Amino acid sequence: MTDALMQRIKNFIMEEFLPGESPDELTETTPLISGGILDSIATLKLVMFMEEQYGVTFEPHEIDKENLDNLASILRLLQSKNPTVA
Amino acid sequence: MSGGAGLHESFIASARQSPRAVAVAEPGRGSITYGELDALSDRMRDRLARLGVGRGDRVGIYLRKSIDSVATLLGALKSGAAYVPVDPGAPATRGAYILHNCAVKVVVVEAALADKLGAELEVLGAVPSMIAVDGPQEGGAGLRAVLTAADREAKASPVESVRSSPADLAYILYTSGSTGKPKGVMLSHENAVSFVDWCSESFAPTAVDRFSSHAPFHFDLSILDIHVCLKHGATLVLIGEDIGKDAPRLAQLIAEERISIWYSAPSILALLAQFGSLARYDYSALRQVLFAGEVFPVKHLRALCEFLPKPRYFNLFGPTETNVCTYYEVQLPVPPERNTPYPIGKVCSHLRGRVLDEHGAAVACGSEGELCIAGPGVMQGYWALPEQTAKGFFKTADDTPWYRTGDIVTEGQDGCYTYLGRRDRMIKRRGYRVELGEIEAGLYRHPNVKEAAVVAFADEQTGVSITAFLSSREAKRPSLIEIKRFCAENLPLYMIPDRFAWYDSLPKTSTDKIDYQRLKEMR
Repeated sequence: MTDALMQRIKNFIMEEFLPGESPDELTETTPLISGGILDSIATLKLVMFMEEQYGVTFEPHEIDKENLDNLASILRLLQSKNPTVA
Repeated sequence: MSGGAGLHESFIASARQSPRAVAVAEPGRGSITYGELDALSDRMRDRLARLGVGRGDRVGIYLRKSIDSVATLLGALKSGAAYVPVDPGAPATRGAYILHNCAVKVVVVEAALADKLGAELEVLGAVPSMIAVDGPQEGGAGLRAVLTAADREAKASPVESVRSSPADLAYILYTSGSTGKPKGVMLSHENAVSFVDWCSESFAPTAVDRFSSHAPFHFDLSILDIHVCLKHGATLVLIGEDIGKDAPRLAQLIAEERISIWYSAPSILALLAQFGSLARYDYSALRQVLFAGEVFPVKHLRALCEFLPKPRYFNLFGPTETNVCTYYEVQLPVPPERNTPYPIGKVCSHLRGRVLDEHGAAVACGSEGELCIAGPGVMQGYWALPEQTAKGFFKTADDTPWYRTGDIVTEGQDGCYTYLGRRDRMIKRRGYRVELGEIEAGLYRHPNVKEAAVVAFADEQTGVSITAFLSSREAKRPSLIEIKRFCAENLPLYMIPDRFAWYDSLPKTSTDKIDYQRLKEMR
């Protein structure tokens, strides 16, 4: 897992959904969906961002709490789709 | 075509007429025929009777949407009880409050949630019987297994289904209450059947229709989905909460399940138009799209109608207290220059409507006033809240109770109403009604929150956005992540504010109350 990739996705979440929050508060394991940070529209926006940035496609059934509830699992799923992203 | 006195009687008639037709389909988890659903709900009725449930009682349903929960609510109706659907996804304290508040005799609960709910009920001193059902299995097998196991312990002998009177309660739906506690809207069999019969007349469903069941059962949209569908011998397609919010999967499901009558809040239809990649699939079965619960931003409605020009589109309007009370058919195409929302339309044929001022006097045609509704669809009152019930009605000289919707409207020359706003602090969000006071009450439970004031702002994208203005007891304020997580644990998801703004203290009026007018300018 690359730090640069993690940082870019984290920045997107911080800017879009946590404006004004200290970056230290958002860690790899902070619950995003179950923690009330990403609602359904926010989740779709995040997915669209990753699809555009990294040329991957998320299947409808992958867009759920199991896969996207924290940064670590988001990166796992993203890298399983495109191992070359960094 | 009238279904008779009891809401469940038209279902029983459908089951006699076409026992082999599919009544309920649960994509990915099989289906159940009318005959099987009739038999399964009979067994639920017998078990409830064995537990002492009869006419005038309440049965709580704490299950995710499933064939099991449909069979349970039909079983409760057949036993003579009113069913009380409770959101198993909301915090257990809220569910326990509701079940205790209306003193359910039995709760049918998902097994995985039984301990937590039981503990919360015990705190309140409530002791309903519990029937625990394992998570949904193929075609109602989970519920069938539980009833069979219970029969081995103590056989539930078959009893007759109760022939309900029009005034008997059919269900109680809890909605957000301004004091921070949800309040129970009591709907009788007459209320329900008059609404269902109006739907029959207006939408002319047939046995070949496939109805979406998108709304959760604790939400009044589900009454149309479930009971209109089952009356006409059609198929109800259950859509779980996870898929229900997921536009791309939902688009696929509508196409593959060949949904013909769709009903939901506009917010999910707006999501479908924006994120559903609608062009991928074929929706040729879809013949009616009904939406209700909030204003549909015209921009998104136009986009949807351009993708899907074939179905008829209806804007349905009404609070839980009356279910749908006005309706409007949108004529296609939506003109490109139009940006004002469509009217809420004319009063449904089973109801009467008037526009009244704050004293209960009629206003001149075209003037602003509160939409008030009378007729057989209007609720019996709020459970155990006689004062709030009384405040909810104007009595006219002829003794007719007119339910005050709280919605400010104008009536046009053609009898069409246009919605202008609310007279109180209630808003609609994703189709749910939300009392801003209930969000404030939730925020005050945080140990660090000293003051909380919640304000709704119009938002072009989502219709409405919610800002919480807060002050803290301590110099170190909770982080945004912490406060969001706290909200997720204490409030239903649709009540979590979009923005949190912290101040040293909130502005006050001369009488030392929080100054909401100033807050609205502080956005």
